[in-house]
Amino acid sequence: MLNRLCSRKELEVLQKGLVSRMQSEKLRIAVCNGTACHPYGCVKIIEAFKTELAKQGLENKVDLKITGCHGLCERGPIAVIRPGDIFYQQLKVEDVPEIISKTIVNGNIIDRLLYADPATGKKLVYQREIPFYRKQQRLIFGSNCEIDPTSAEDYIAIGGYTALAKALFEMTPEQIIDEIKHSGLRGRGGGGFPTGIKWESCRNAPGDIRYVIVNADEGDPGAYANEGLLTGNPHSVLEGLIIGAYAIGAREGYVYVRNEYPLALANITTAIEQAEQLGFLGNNILGSGFDFDVRITRGGGAFVCGESTALMASLEGKVGEPRAKYVHTVEKGLWDRPSDLNNVETWANVPLIINKGADWYQTIGSEGNEGTKIFSLTGKVNNTGLVEVPMGITLREIIYDIGGGIKGGKKFKAVQTGGPSGGCLPESLLDLPVDFDELTKAGSMMGSGGMIVMDEGNCMVDVAKYFLTFLEEESCGKCVPCREGIKRMRQILNDITEGKGEEKDIDLLEQISATLIDSSLCALGTSAPNPVLTTIRYFRDEYEAHIKEKRCPAGVCKALIRYYIIEEKCPGCGLCVKACPEGAITSMGKGKKKPVVLDESKCIKCGACYDVCRLGAIGIE
Amino acid sequence: MMDEKVIAVINKYNGDKGQLISILQDIQAEYYYLPKEALVQASEAMDIPLSHVYSLVTFFKAFSLEPRGKHLVSVCLGTACHVRGVARVLDKIERSLDIGRGETTKDHKFTLETVNCMGCCAVGPAVKIDGEYFGQMSTDKVDPLLAKFE
Amino acid sequence: MITLSIDGRELKAEKGQTILQVASENGIDIPTLCYHEALEPYGACRLCVVEIFKGGRSRVVASCLYPVEEGLEVKTSSPRVLDNRKMILELLLARCCKNKVIQELAAQMGIEQPSFKPEYLEDNDCILCGLCVRACEQVVGVSAISLVNRGITKEVAPPFFEAATACIGCGSCYYVCPTGAIKMEDKGDTRIIHNWKVEFKLKKCKVCGNYWAPEKQLDYIRDKLHLPEEFFDVCPDCK
Repeated sequence: MLNRLCSRKELEVLQKGLVSRMQSEKLRIAVCNGTACHPYGCVKIIEAFKTELAKQGLENKVDLKITGCHGLCERGPIAVIRPGDIFYQQLKVEDVPEIISKTIVNGNIIDRLLYADPATGKKLVYQREIPFYRKQQRLIFGSNCEIDPTSAEDYIAIGGYTALAKALFEMTPEQIIDEIKHSGLRGRGGGGFPTGIKWESCRNAPGDIRYVIVNADEGDPGAYANEGLLTGNPHSVLEGLIIGAYAIGAREGYVYVRNEYPLALANITTAIEQAEQLGFLGNNILGSGFDFDVRITRGGGAFVCGESTALMASLEGKVGEPRAKYVHTVEKGLWDRPSDLNNVETWANVPLIINKGADWYQTIGSEGNEGTKIFSLTGKVNNTGLVEVPMGITLREIIYDIGGGIKGGKKFKAVQTGGPSGGCLPESLLDLPVDFDELTKAGSMMGSGGMIVMDEGNCMVDVAKYFLTFLEEESCGKCVPCREGIKRMRQILNDITEGKGEEKDIDLLEQISATLIDSSLCALGTSAPNPVLTTIRYFRDEYEAHIKEKRCPAGVCKALIRYYIIEEKCPGCGLCVKACPEGAITSMGKGKKKPVVLDESKCIKCGACYDVCRLGAIGIE
Repeated sequence: MMDEKVIAVINKYNGDKGQLISILQDIQAEYYYLPKEALVQASEAMDIPLSHVYSLVTFFKAFSLEPRGKHLVSVCLGTACHVRGVARVLDKIERSLDIGRGETTKDHKFTLETVNCMGCCAVGPAVKIDGEYFGQMSTDKVDPLLAKFE
Repeated sequence: MITLSIDGRELKAEKGQTILQVASENGIDIPTLCYHEALEPYGACRLCVVEIFKGGRSRVVASCLYPVEEGLEVKTSSPRVLDNRKMILELLLARCCKNKVIQELAAQMGIEQPSFKPEYLEDNDCILCGLCVRACEQVVGVSAISLVNRGITKEVAPPFFEAATACIGCGSCYYVCPTGAIKMEDKGDTRIIHNWKVEFKLKKCKVCGNYWAPEKQLDYIRDKLHLPEEFFDVCPDCK
């Protein structure tokens, strides 16, 4: 149970005490407990650290900090040792005792656990040396490595809730709004709308009751930046929300969390409970006279509920069907009252701006696109994970300097940004500065930060089909263009990938797209054509190969490819024979070292043989 | 008793109609699915038309009107997992369990569902079984993994 | 009073009116399918889209929902609007390829066959305009049916696809449906609404002996308006 803080002074006193305690802790092990590290078994590693520290009698001498996502998800499990921030990666439970006796007790580095620079092969000791981290500007996300997200005290120790105190006691709501306006902060959920103006409209809208809402329904498949932030530093989002509520004049707030993010849900729930105990929520916050309460609501598994009006409908207990936004939600939103909805990352930027000032914030990023953005860099890159970069950095810098280039030495083909509402950009656009406006001009969009890298093994027609299949399932079904239009587009793309494409297909796709863009009820529909239109624009030759030649150049579309045995590479080990569910591969006799034989008439192209062969003897064309 | 559990959930949220989705999620957590009787009861207790409740449970993927299997297998169909070939993994799971997406095996051991991104993009293709995450899945890892679950 | 122009005509409107309402009052025809005066506008069919011009930009919006603004310029049949309308009807025709109402509307726009492959054409009658559901909820007040599922599997159905227990047999859904997707028939002393799997005993008029309305419906109205027991014993024609 935490003691309630009744004044700014009490917060300052607590903070001072916590800071000096943190500074006195010389030895620290920060282990990543982010969602993406769970499949690597980080939970067992954490248990191992606890056990081993106790065994060696070190529990009180070493601060074992269980943190949220560190960002370099490709190399999990991760532990960062202080002093120095020695970076150990790809850990196994067996490594733990050695880490404690060698590094913690004796200060020695364990070479095999270090990150090796893929370009030079050199082992890098400290986190700050690693190119992945060096090129980022982790103003928001960096705190993940410093705190246990289930500890409010950790957050306060790194300066948490200082911005709230400043806002409540040194600024008026109008001044706060001015500061946010001046900073140039734009919505990080994808819309890119100027946050300050949104807050101002909401504050000025007629009515006595207004709401603030956190959109944590990160529905873009492949984007998990919000997840990493909400799970790793829930208090930062909460603090931003409370400041916003004060500025706008809202007494009630909601955090709408995706059902598919159980860890994020657990951590924000804990954070709210703690904030209530500490007096950052509830009545008379820190003695300021401002009252504010927050409730958490879970999503029900619907991508469309990331759209503001659909989200508000589901907050009202209705199905997630959007409505026309001719009257904006800042005027009539939740329960027809003025409502301000912002993305998780947008809220997390607020304490930063209040603490350091709009002038400082303006120095980051580029003109009209100030600040940083957190991206989920995934797909065929070497360093997949969560990265935070200043706006205006180029795609090339993100993918190559931070991402470490294409996995397996393959060739870059495209990068998809903005999720299903975004588009695929080709090699020729690698030097595009990443910001709201440039991405939109190129036919894509920022979205919530998904950035998926593709190589020569990805078929762009298949990618377009994938997104339309996704959108078809997620469409609420209310309006004709989206419900019927996406269905027809998906059917056409399906046919193209099955070799049944016709000459007129591309034109027809463009025609349907035009109607979706003009007439759809909501942004799901109006942006649905983006993946199709960008792939037609930049990869038309692939469409034409599928349609005219019935050929899939990337070797992906099942109906247009064949699996075959690369005889020179096959020693006849028979692994694939066992793996094949249809008995399509026959061994030529054990011990004879002859290549196996594949009967194409039986092959269902499931890929089991390809996955199991470690010698690359299965070919696809 | 069906009555008590449902009423308890509704009371927890003070019968707030706006919280209907959360209420239904909690009821589902009690029974591992949404029995028709529970829905009828909730509709009456909260004075919400049954048709409205039915719309909700059929709109949102999180709800299941059929009893689920002992183990919930969730396959991620997010973009990052897709480009890393999760479709083949899903295919294999469907064939091994002899069920399609959204279905439950005859012996009620497994229910297979797909989700659109669990937040494990770096370790894709990702599969979650009973809340435990498994990364870097490939077709040959499917059967050994399923065998781990009783 | 707001002044705006529709198809070049300067018109006066009240604040809060929609483009469709103003157009309708002034004899300007905009096609609709999911709109009904007695119900809240829904904006689902998108057939009523028009092109608006303000501040040097143009946009396509649903006229049934867009509130009129001072100085707004509206075009109800610009090339952009017609392109949209055509595609919307093509999509509807592909969904309801044998429905006479949709065929007629499509033919008016010059569409004989949709541009999609014949094997993908569907034979539905329901266009998911939601009028039946909304009438049942907003006017009748029983909410016997609703829009169920999501996306391409969306349909109108009674709860659990079983007989709609809350239905009072008033037939509002049948009367309001624009495509004839609801099958209702009165056979002797029984009314059957096939879609919701319900049957009703019809009340017999004490004077003329005709069966004229479902007893359940009359009970409902009597209850709601606190009318005397015998109120509906005589049918409206005989009263």
